This record gives sequence, structure tokens and C-alpha cells, in this order.
Amino acid sequence: MKTSTATRLGLRTVALGYLVVLLAVPIVLILWRTLGEGVGAFLESVRTPAAISALNLSLLIVAIVVPLNVVFGVATALALVRGRFRGRGLVQAVVDLPFAVSPIVVGVSLILLWGAGGWLGGVEKLGFKVIFGLPGMVIATLFVTLPFVVREVEPVLHEIGTDQEQAAATLGASSAQTFWRITLPAIRWGLTYGVVLTVARALGEFGAVIMVSSGFPGVSQTLTLLVHSRYIDDHNTYGAYAAATLLMGLAVVTLLLMTLLDRKRST
Amino acid sequence: MISVTGARKSYGNFAALDDVTLDIPAGTLTALLGPSGSGKSTLLRSIAGLERLDAGSIVIGGQDVTQVAPQKRGIGFVFQHYAAFKHMTVRDNVGFGLSIRKRPKAEIARKVDDLLEIVGLDGFQHRYPAQLSGGQRQRMALARALAVDPEVLLLDEPFGALDAKVRADLRQWLRRLHDEVHVTTVLVTHDQEEALDVADRIAVLNKGRIEQVGDPVALYDRPANDFVMSFLGSVARLGGQLVRPHDIALHRSRERAQSLDARVGGSPGVIEAVVERVVRLGFEVRVDLRADSGERFAAQVTRAEADALDLRVGETVYARATQGPDVTETEPALAI
Repeated sequence: MKTSTATRLGLRTVALGYLVVLLAVPIVLILWRTLGEGVGAFLESVRTPAAISALNLSLLIVAIVVPLNVVFGVATALALVRGRFRGRGLVQAVVDLPFAVSPIVVGVSLILLWGAGGWLGGVEKLGFKVIFGLPGMVIATLFVTLPFVVREVEPVLHEIGTDQEQAAATLGASSAQTFWRITLPAIRWGLTYGVVLTVARALGEFGAVIMVSSGFPGVSQTLTLLVHSRYIDDHNTYGAYAAATLLMGLAVVTLLLMTLLDRKRST
Repeated sequence: MISVTGARKSYGNFAALDDVTLDIPAGTLTALLGPSGSGKSTLLRSIAGLERLDAGSIVIGGQDVTQVAPQKRGIGFVFQHYAAFKHMTVRDNVGFGLSIRKRPKAEIARKVDDLLEIVGLDGFQHRYPAQLSGGQRQRMALARALAVDPEVLLLDEPFGALDAKVRADLRQWLRRLHDEVHVTTVLVTHDQEEALDVADRIAVLNKGRIEQVGDPVALYDRPANDFVMSFLGSVARLGGQLVRPHDIALHRSRERAQSLDARVGGSPGVIEAVVERVVRLGFEVRVDLRADSGERFAAQVTRAEADALDLRVGETVYARATQGPDVTETEPALAI
């Protein structure tokens, strides 16, 4: 079918306009508002003790969540693609659960499970505070980011098949050698993308984390929670913009870092 | 030497290998030939240890390897789709087996360079597989398999994914390589021409069983049954019997045909047929014919014979087999 030039241009304008209004405009607006006051004001706003603590907490959560998701995500993906076991369909469905369940529901259910009086609430008496502590925020973040690595690695594993691994075996490589030298390098693009998505979601998670955080500025606020509390509780709109800009900056740095790392490794 | 004894392997209800026993002498190049689903690849993969047999045993070089992992069987394996390590250079691909064996770097580099020269990829050390053509990738895969000095080299349809010209070149090249390296080689193929061209010995498989084993000439001239005959080389059905198209003589005169036919034992007799098409294929001429019974067959004659007969579409000729199942006629077929 041949579309006329007018139709084609029209469709393109609509598609582009949709993207610009929904994605680009809000982000550019925040950047503009933040930097409009000058770099000095921005730096001052993100150097307050509460902001620094929030930044550190966000990075700490990322640092714990990413390695765990990489290890369990790759293992799960391998089991789903290569394994022939009963209940594979069930595992497939469970992996997608975090996509289906609203984060706030995750928060509530974690309180039910780990909170005082919950099934596993007993750990609190042992001095291990999950809810309203760091472990709760980590668990909540793990829950919502679980599918990313699995779902990005899975199709790559399907695509590369088992030929290369079998070839490595006939050349004398053990399973461990095959994994480190053949499988892992082959899936690294999928893994990289999974990690980037995990980092972005871990930094940005709000609903699940706010339920299990005590929310004290300078103690248990992540950057995302800080943006919220500055805007809603403190009516500090500029502070919220500045923290949001910092958050976006982190995401951009993650993307750049992963791209650079990968380029370095593949050459 | 490889000995497979009583090998069985089933996938669900499908018997891929049904009591296969086969000896592959050391130093030979043996082809496993058969249609798809005949079990030839399963047999090869079982020898490599990539498939586990349900029953039977495999002995390589005097050692029973039935329960031995592929890593420890002393084999080199080449896959149809190359199985190149995409993230490694040609040098690292070929040197992989040696680096697993923790050989010194200098030794690996020397051996890799030697092998790349043998397979004609010298100068390609720093390329990635994606920068090679299909034929080059497969030669790299061969060098990689040879690098670990395998006791046996196993090739699973190694030229199947390549185009006809490259395929013909590579199999000539493989034959020459085998004459130099002398490693016991097993090649899986569904292409009878390829098997006849490169192999010292051919094992014909069908439905998980071995139909016949022998050297190419024996299999072609003395096939054990109709399956082997029709799978190895082309056949024509003449009066209910399978005959090679080049073993059919055509005559203008029924009497001449009958008098000559009387000398061939067990022949299908003289068949009257109408010429449907005459195709000149260089030196050979293929004559498509339709018999009285409506059965179609093709005869292959030389150009000289075709010219002497001066065949035209729609004309009637008399066809007879020059080779019966028992007796072969000594008189030249050019007799009009």
C-alpha cells in the first residue's frame, strides 16, 4: 500500500508530537527549572545533609540489589531456557508477578509478612529490623526489579542456543569454564540492559519503598522519597526539582558507564 | 578406531538409533549417509558424548567411552552452523582448547598460527567470526577442532549451510587435509555426491538402522537393497526393476534390442517407450521417457549415442538394461 506524502508526514508529526509531549517536555521542563536558578543554587540544594544521605542510601540499595539480581536473574534465566523441570510454567508466571502487582501492594504485603505480628515478624525481636529499616527497602526494591535481568537474558540465551557451549565441551571445557568463557560473554548485552533497567528502577522505586521506609530525612529517605517529601511535605518545589535532576543525572551516568564498560570489554 | 555396538537411542516413541553396530577403522574418512531422521547425526553426537545412548557401547581407540563425558573423549567436533565463539577472535577461537589445557601462551600462538596456515586462514588471526564468510568460519571451526590433537574428528553436516560452489571446494580441501593429517574422521551428510566424493567408506543409514557399509564403489555397484541403490546415485524404474539411468540402452529396432537383451541375466526385458524430452547436459544426454504402462523413467546416454539415435520428442524407442542383477554385459552399449 502506498501512502501519500501528506498522510506520511501527518502520521510522523502525530507520533513525534506524542513522544515530545509525554516524554521530552516534562524532563526538559524540570532541567530548565532547576538550572534556571543557576548551577550554584542547584549544588547548594543537593548538598544539604538530607540530600547527601538520600543519595548515599539510594546508591547503597542499588549496590546491594544489582549483584543479587544479576546472580539470581542469570540462574533463573538459565533454568527457564535450558531446564526441563516440572513447574516451569509456574516459574515463568511468578517471574512476571512484579510487573503485574502494583508496587504499593508489594509494600503492604511486605509489612504483613515482616512487620510486627507478621509470619516472619519474629526476626524483629532478634534485633533485625526489616520493616522501617534498610532490609525492608532492599527487599521491596528486589521484588520490583526481579524480572528485568531474567527477561533480558532469556531471549539472548534462546538465540545463542547450545552449539557454542557444546563446542566448548568437546574442546575440553568444564561446565564452569564454559559458563565464564562462553555463556557469560555471549549474554553480556542482555545482561547489561537488564542491569541498566534494574538500576533505573531501583533508583526510581517509590510505591513499595515508601510503605516500608520510616521516611526520616537524613536517615531513611532515598532520593526518590526526598523528591516527594520536599515537594509535598516541605513545599520546597525548587529542592524537589534539584533532587529530581540529580536522580536523572544518576540514570544517565549508569547508561554511559555500562555502554563504555561494554565497549572496552569487546574490543 | 571407533566401535559402536548395539547402540539404541529413542526420543519418546521415535527410535533415532535402532540397534546400530558399526566399526570405523583408524585413519579412514567415513561418511554416515542417510536422509533426515535416519539417525546419522544422533550416531555422530553419541560418539562425541553429546547424546547419551539408551543402550549399547562406544569404544574409541580401545577405551570404552560410553560413560565418559565429551570433555574427556579425545574428540574434535565440527557443527553444521560452525558454533563459532562470536566474542572471540579467530586466534582465540582456535586456541580455546589449548588454553583450557593451560598450555603456555607461546606454544598456543605457534600452534594456532600453524593450523591457520593449514586451513588457509593465515592473516585472519585478529578477525572476529562475524567478519568471515561461511566457508572461512567452517575452516576456522576445523582448525579449532584439530588444535587439541583429537583422536577422532567428527563433522556434523559441516558443509550443509554453504552454497554449492563453496561446498564442492571445501570438500576437496577436506579430502586433501585428511590425506595430510590422517586423523580418523567421521562425516555426517545427506548428500550422496559429497559422500562418494570424499569418503573412503560409507555407512548408509535409514530409520535408525545401518543398511550397508562399504567403500563407495562397492555401494554404488553392488547395493544391498533398493534403498541403498536409490539413495546412492540416481535410479530409473524399468519394468518394475531399479536400474541406473546410465545402464539403460536405447534402440530404434525392437529385434536388435531383444537379441542383445537375451544376453543379460535377470533383466527386466525390452520396454517400449515414447521420448518426452531430450536434455543435453554437456557430455551427457538425459532422455525422459514414458513406457507403455505409463511409467516415466530417464535414460542417460552419451552425446555420441544420442546423435546416432537422432531422438525426437514423440518418437518410439526400445529400452533395455545393460546390467542385470547378476550378469554384466561386456559388449559396448553403443549398438543401434
